[in-house]
Amino acid sequence: MVEKNIFAGFGGQGVLLMGQLLAAAGMMEGKHTTWVPSYGPEMRGGTANCSVMLSDEEIDSPLITRPTSLIVMNRPSLEKFEDKVVPGGSIFVNSSMIDVKVKREDVNAYYVPCNDLAAELGNNKVANMIMLGAYLGKSKCVDVETVLDALLEKLGQKKAKLIPLNREALLRGAACIE
Amino acid sequence: MALKLMKGCEAIAEAAIQAGCRYFFGYPITPQNDIPEYMSLRLPQVGGCFLQAESELAAINMVYGAGGAGARVMTSSSSPGISLKQEGISTCCAAEIPCVIVNMMRGGPGLGNIQASQGDYFQAVKGGGHGDYHLVVFAPSSIQETCNLMQKAFDTADKYRTPVMILADGLIGQMMEPVELKMNPNPEMPEKPWAAQGYDPKGERPRAVLNSLYIETEDLDVLINRLHERYAEIEKNEKMVETYHTEGAEFILCAYGTVARVCKAAVRILEEQGVKVGLVRPITLWPFPTETVHDAIAQESVKACLTVEMSDGQMYEDIRLAVNGCKPCEFMGKAGSIIPSAEEIAERILKMREA
Repeated sequence: MVEKNIFAGFGGQGVLLMGQLLAAAGMMEGKHTTWVPSYGPEMRGGTANCSVMLSDEEIDSPLITRPTSLIVMNRPSLEKFEDKVVPGGSIFVNSSMIDVKVKREDVNAYYVPCNDLAAELGNNKVANMIMLGAYLGKSKCVDVETVLDALLEKLGQKKAKLIPLNREALLRGAACIE
Repeated sequence: MALKLMKGCEAIAEAAIQAGCRYFFGYPITPQNDIPEYMSLRLPQVGGCFLQAESELAAINMVYGAGGAGARVMTSSSSPGISLKQEGISTCCAAEIPCVIVNMMRGGPGLGNIQASQGDYFQAVKGGGHGDYHLVVFAPSSIQETCNLMQKAFDTADKYRTPVMILADGLIGQMMEPVELKMNPNPEMPEKPWAAQGYDPKGERPRAVLNSLYIETEDLDVLINRLHERYAEIEKNEKMVETYHTEGAEFILCAYGTVARVCKAAVRILEEQGVKVGLVRPITLWPFPTETVHDAIAQESVKACLTVEMSDGQMYEDIRLAVNGCKPCEFMGKAGSIIPSAEEIAERILKMREA
């Protein structure tokens, strides 16, 4: 198993965190993993992306030129990375913010209204977790509960009360894929 | 021991603390700011001292002071900042001050950019400061390896009374990987009778003068000879290199750091197509593993070698010296922080094969 994922969106959408949680969960489940951020003079509202690899074998290059999955939270990200996805790969589109469809016909496209679903849960900030849930629903590469363990480690016990909301968001996202 | 997902810069800083580093002096620059940030939090917790100096030059001279007093000390910066430290690095070499310097290389020359690069090989290996000196230069290619080399860097610095540089690139600093850190609350510190730790007039501890100025020609000659012998000793003992699938290979790739990982991916692509390719990855850039590089490439099966760098061709010079004309050498690289892809490297090898 080798998953090569690119998560992309604008700064503030939780794109880097999505990738970190996936990488941490992969590690906790005994997989090899790498997380590479785009970094630069970026700020809230600018573009952000990260490349996350999960593999049963040791990872040589952590750089991803041809992702197996692309997870995009805004339209410029879709336009930037759409052509790079491998044939037969998957594109997860935040349809709350992206009003165009995936042009390619040789990939699987999934449309997830992340912001709308997050608003239904009463907290717009979990839009990224809805998207991560959708990705997990399709790829099944790590367990949702492991992602929540990784999140708890990141948040610390003081913010443990946020876990149920995030669980709901992940499951809601996964439900979009079925 | 548990694995932890850590950012390169933070893992390096923690590894330094576990190796006994208690003093850090630096000045901010991207992409290594997570090192001083982490140190500013952690060093006070372990009874150490973090200080953001007023400039890079001040920082390296504070390193000179702390190292001269016998402490385990480090500084870190990124390419333009390392240029500013060169005067102090030359001084530390002359005064025989053990210390560790981390360079998270970014694009150059000048202010360049802030993405990963390997443009500082010449500066690190051939001497960015003036005078006859060498830095011991470690070039890790993963976060785990960087952490392991951190302990070795401090040990080597103390053993030979010399500055040691960790030459990594911005990508290693910014990416995250699972790492296992050996926690060591009481790191063993070597005795340093030469250090300036207080003069004892009763004779127990002589005056320690740590200087880089030797006005008398004969005196400087003594120092240079001493350094020369020490460097010969380092060359004999401290070379590190990884060879990967080199035996019986048709082509040999040569690369270090992040690029070496991309080369491993290229080896895999080529092997799937039935092309036997190996990789030689120097881990110490100085002392350079000349013999291993030569032997891998001089094999009868090898048609040619390809050096890949994120630069305009710097380690390539040392590769050619090692090969010494016994096989054709080619170079592939891009300056300006563009990392060649595994596919591009594989394609280049296939072209060399057709030729």
